[in-house]
Amino acid sequence: MPLYRRPNGIDLPFSSEITPQDIFESRRSFIKQIAVGAVGAGSLLQLSSGEAWAQAAGAQKLAAKANPAYVVMDKATSYKDATTYNNFYEFGSDKSDPVENAGNLKTRPWTVAIEGEVKKPMTLDIDSLLKLAPMEERIYRLRCVEGWSMVIPWIGYSLSELIKKVEPTGNARYVEFTTLADNRQMPGLRAPVLEWPYVEGLRMDEAMHPLALLSFGMYGQVLPNQSGAPVRMVLPWKYGFKSAKSIVKIRFLKDQPRTAWNIAAAREYGFYSNVNPDVDHPRWSQATERRIGEDGFFTKKRKTLMFNGYNDVASLYSGMDLKKYF
Amino acid sequence: MFNPSPKQFKFIKALLFVLALLPAVRLLVFGFTDRLGANPIEFITRSSGDWTLYFLCITLVVTPLRRFTNWNWLIKLRRMIGLFAFFYGSLHFTTFLWFDHFFDIAEMLKDVVKRPFITVGFIAFVMLLPLALTSTNGMIRRLGGKRWQWLHRSVYAVAMLGILHFWWMRAGKHNFEKPILFGTIVAALLLIRVYFAWRNRGDGAAKSRTAVQKRQVTPTLT
Repeated sequence: MPLYRRPNGIDLPFSSEITPQDIFESRRSFIKQIAVGAVGAGSLLQLSSGEAWAQAAGAQKLAAKANPAYVVMDKATSYKDATTYNNFYEFGSDKSDPVENAGNLKTRPWTVAIEGEVKKPMTLDIDSLLKLAPMEERIYRLRCVEGWSMVIPWIGYSLSELIKKVEPTGNARYVEFTTLADNRQMPGLRAPVLEWPYVEGLRMDEAMHPLALLSFGMYGQVLPNQSGAPVRMVLPWKYGFKSAKSIVKIRFLKDQPRTAWNIAAAREYGFYSNVNPDVDHPRWSQATERRIGEDGFFTKKRKTLMFNGYNDVASLYSGMDLKKYF
Repeated sequence: MFNPSPKQFKFIKALLFVLALLPAVRLLVFGFTDRLGANPIEFITRSSGDWTLYFLCITLVVTPLRRFTNWNWLIKLRRMIGLFAFFYGSLHFTTFLWFDHFFDIAEMLKDVVKRPFITVGFIAFVMLLPLALTSTNGMIRRLGGKRWQWLHRSVYAVAMLGILHFWWMRAGKHNFEKPILFGTIVAALLLIRVYFAWRNRGDGAAKSRTAVQKRQVTPTLT
């Protein structure tokens, strides 16, 4: 018998937990004012507010307009949790490794090569990428294959904006993303955990879906290094590892790319890796998840939703056996 | 050769007890000072699992160390170390039962049956139960030394299952550094025992040869 059970048992917060947008905003600016006004009090605020914490850490702001179409009713994970509990194997395989080891990553100058089956292959520097389309803030749920989840306000624009610019040919059926693999900056590469560089991929229609976000920031700031700076993918209906971080190359291909985790353990990490409560990972159930920072010790884990609750994408997979193509 | 006086031994034992309790105290302190990280339950699960393996390894170190140093008094510390292995194992299991399954025994058993890595971890924990229960002097007397020793040798299997549990858990993340380290240590500790047994059997065989010779001699006398 649980000591405390959420009475509704579904993935929606109590209405009392939802902060109305205007209050959320005003709280932010209020905190900012205090943080700027009273540097002494800043250390106190570090614990209570992600925004202040990020400012104290000297993060660079990134202006974005909130997109009301992509706001979930869940409480955002604290900036501290979201930036200290990360999987980014290039910086080490413990959750605390990325925040400890990613500090020296040089994110400028940075270029992303776009090549393969496109009419206009190009190499874009990070500034041109930032200017390519208007920045939007989107609050997405993030579900990790390990059974935990977060809610993160990302900043970026739909990947489709970039894809349209490079004009894929009729042969382009898949997109492949390659993460930076630089031994001098990434100590995790010494461990033969995965085949480096880290490669992930999408089918073209998945990549074109408006939910697929090319992201440059979070929580009003540019991405911290441990979260995939300066540019990463965010695919909220897939497990977190599908979203490549610190991207240096985007290739358009005829055939399905070989992806890092699929190569490492095909039985456990399929090419699609859509969030699916009915397909267990061989090592654990995917039926439930623990919301980082919000679900206390005595709160029952929440039920995982099909496609992480993003049912818009269901049409991409109509007629597909998602148990087979997990 | 170091041989502590009763007073010194008492001190060593008390010190070991306090040291062995530190990982648990650390969890408590971290818990109350918000230092268990973003996923406190994972932190507790991993820490208690690690310490179960550490203490299992330490219990397995006692015999070889005693043999090599002739510090026979070490054997008197082993029960406490073993009980600490059980203590951290219980903490590990309770965290799983409580915070992963919220005491839904049916759900838990489904997990145990379905997932090999949990299956072996669960078996290892269940196997520790009789060892903990028969750790008293009274139980040793009741069972008789031989049978007690036979039962308590199952700790070898527990250690191996513990490593397998850890190995399979890490296989999901392809991170074998620590399981390899633990596995090597346990393998070395068990191999030392195989070596001891082989040497003893050598002695034993020699003894039984003489016995046979004696017996063969006897009939001719009658």
